[in-house]
Amino acid sequence: MTVARSGRDSSEVTLDAVRDGLVAVDDIRIHPDTLEHQATVAEANANPQLAANLRRAAELTSLPDDEVLAVYDALRPRRSTAEQLETIAASLESRGATINAALVREAASAYARRGLLAGA
Amino acid sequence: MSERPIGRFRFMDEQRVNLDGFAVEDPALGLVAFDSPSDPVPSLVVDAGGRVVELDGKVEADFDVIDAFIASHGIDVSVAAEVMALDDVDLARMLVDVGVPRSEVVRLAAGATPGKLARVLAQLTPAELVIAMTKMRARRTPSNQAHVTNRSDDPLLLAADAATAAAFGFREIETTVPVLGDAPSNAVAVSIGAAVGSPGVLVQCSVEEALELELGMAGLVSYAETVSLYGTEQIFVDGDDTPWSKAFLTSAYASRGIKMRVTTGGGSEALMGGAEGCSMFYLEARCVALARAMGAQGVQNGGIDSASVAGSVPGGVRSLMAENLMVMLRNLEACTGNDALMSESEVRRTSRTHPIFIGGSDFICSGFGSIQRYDNMFGPSQWNSEDIDDYLIMQRDWTVDGGLRTAAEPEVARLRRRAAEAVRDVYRWLGLADLDDEWLEQAVDAAGSKDVPAADLMVPLEASRVIRQSGVTMLDVVTALDACGYATEAERLLAMLHARVAGDYLQTAAIFDEQMNVLSLVTDPNDYTGPGSGYRPTGARLHEINTVRQQRSVEDLLLEQATGSTTSFTVRGPAKPGSDPADVVIGVSAATGRRIWTTLSGMSVSDVLEELLAGLEEEGCRGRVVRVNDTVDLGLIGLTAARLAGSGIAIGLQAKGTALIHRRDLAPLANLELFSVAPTVTPELYRALGSNAGRHAKGSTPEPLRNPYSDMAIEARFHTKVVSLVAIERGCLDPSIGPEELDVLR
Repeated sequence: MTVARSGRDSSEVTLDAVRDGLVAVDDIRIHPDTLEHQATVAEANANPQLAANLRRAAELTSLPDDEVLAVYDALRPRRSTAEQLETIAASLESRGATINAALVREAASAYARRGLLAGA
Repeated sequence: MSERPIGRFRFMDEQRVNLDGFAVEDPALGLVAFDSPSDPVPSLVVDAGGRVVELDGKVEADFDVIDAFIASHGIDVSVAAEVMALDDVDLARMLVDVGVPRSEVVRLAAGATPGKLARVLAQLTPAELVIAMTKMRARRTPSNQAHVTNRSDDPLLLAADAATAAAFGFREIETTVPVLGDAPSNAVAVSIGAAVGSPGVLVQCSVEEALELELGMAGLVSYAETVSLYGTEQIFVDGDDTPWSKAFLTSAYASRGIKMRVTTGGGSEALMGGAEGCSMFYLEARCVALARAMGAQGVQNGGIDSASVAGSVPGGVRSLMAENLMVMLRNLEACTGNDALMSESEVRRTSRTHPIFIGGSDFICSGFGSIQRYDNMFGPSQWNSEDIDDYLIMQRDWTVDGGLRTAAEPEVARLRRRAAEAVRDVYRWLGLADLDDEWLEQAVDAAGSKDVPAADLMVPLEASRVIRQSGVTMLDVVTALDACGYATEAERLLAMLHARVAGDYLQTAAIFDEQMNVLSLVTDPNDYTGPGSGYRPTGARLHEINTVRQQRSVEDLLLEQATGSTTSFTVRGPAKPGSDPADVVIGVSAATGRRIWTTLSGMSVSDVLEELLAGLEEEGCRGRVVRVNDTVDLGLIGLTAARLAGSGIAIGLQAKGTALIHRRDLAPLANLELFSVAPTVTPELYRALGSNAGRHAKGSTPEPLRNPYSDMAIEARFHTKVVSLVAIERGCLDPSIGPEELDVLR
């Protein structure tokens, strides 16, 4: 079995535990270390891009659902100014989500060039 | 206008294929499958730092968002020079050469540009596409995906139909909504129904991107697919996304441990008026390269909603299959279309699917409509519940694992009831709705939503509102199932939540088998290297494929015949030669009245004899019934009888209903008249045959009789029975017994 994001071992997350109300949402969320492990498996199976995705995902495990949805929305066409995207990138970076921060900055640069920033 | 066409063409015009649209190739509109004049000459320039600075004829400064994302994430520059230098045909040959391992093709493809792979795959003939698909798909074991939807978002029917889909073997179920607000209720109902049907069935609810992610985060679905990519910047942005937003979305799903694939499909850009003069296949090559660059594990493509656009141009159907192969080349999970119905013609839609069906893919259909056409809220599928038996029998015909299995009626009935009851009980427990017994009974029995008039359209909307407002998660559904006495299903859905924690099903082409083992590129890699290798159904699975519910054995036929044994055929004694010129003998086969009582037309043998005797009587002749015990051959039966007849004329009759008139001086295989197609012979024709035998006996002129002809596949219907009936006849032979005269008592 695997350790959930909460640190609890999956083997403890039984139907009995659910019945007794002893299972929290984080007990059924994936741990970033598990995603890192899956990334190494993807690399070993000739897909470094899938590995990169799983590493971005590992960083996002610590973001609340609402913030994940908000960042996604901010990255959609003409939703954000360059400054807004930089604010998001910096915020992600400050919490260790460096790969995602880089992705947002790369987007900002491409959007600027292709007219996909807000108000463009 | 022109004159009225001749009858042959008026008739051809009426055929269903002529309802389909066919377009003249028009590259300017993107109405071209392969090789548009505007498709770029493949090129790739990498600078000293390993940065892609030119891609398919475009320099970095001119990259659109798709080029830019592929250039920065999607090209393995370490093999780029090697693969780009390879001749297109040489690379194409590697795809079908079973001596070149899959891994080698995957290694090279990682460094190829979209334009390069588009040119390479355009080289392959259909037969080569099949072999390449057999070799290149990621997962060894093929599988299939079902649509489960209905017009009323009826949760009881959704649950019953999801259980049914699982019983038929689908390992992924996709639902959607006619009413967006119903999505959470549909996700819950289908998840419960699927869990009743089988452990480990993955469930998705296809809705707008953000809502779909929300459902995933709440655990109400276990995978996602509606993450669309397009091959031109304009259409991509019109779809309200960019490669970066989609890449982020891809990671968002993985961060919650949810499997996800993207959706693309040739012809979509042309359909939306934004193909920029490029071929459908080149644009699709860009989409697939982008999917890999983003880190998605898989792609649903093969036209999908625009399959009929691709199907309208020359080579378009071939390009749909080549799209799927492109995905496999990029080492991704292939969910191979055969989804939206692309033709009104049964022949054409079968032809479109068949090469993929025999080649095998990770999911043969990215949406087999397991419900009826009218209930499919994606629109009718290429394959629907109307076709499930066809599909099962195609699997059996070709010894192909298309992912489905036969399900027995009592078992499906039990599962449908349990699924509907589980949803009713869970909805009540969670305070989502009170669903009454009349509705439930209709949903259990229904073949479609038209059979459920009791469904209340407000229920799914209200249930969905409560689910969203009170933040119901899959954990709550598990709790409710358990509290309502569905511990097995609660365990199954909890196991799907555990799967998110383990993350093994985030790997390429992952499904769960019924023991909850992950089958994926990692755990079940395709190992096809030519005949004798790779996946082929064996053992229990082969038995499942072969054992369709329609099959019949000799024993089944004997039981069926025994129910007709109300007439008694008693032996009066050995048959003696007659001398009366009005004596006509009816020679019957050995099994008549012993093992076989009913002919293939459904008439009893005694009724046939009654008609024949009445016909003889009309001509003033006297018929005798004689059983011939030493041959199954109808000619010899007739000849044996003719030699006993005072008139020299006889009727030969096999118990299955085949009949002829014979004369004593003819060769055994000659005859005067023959009804060769037993299933179509009517009582009137038997009487006329009797009457003609009488005329032959008297030397007067018989009426010409015509064998009844039919446009039905009579042989397909009856030949298996004929084999069994002849075997039964043979088993009744006893050459030591001469011909016997019979009394037929009703």
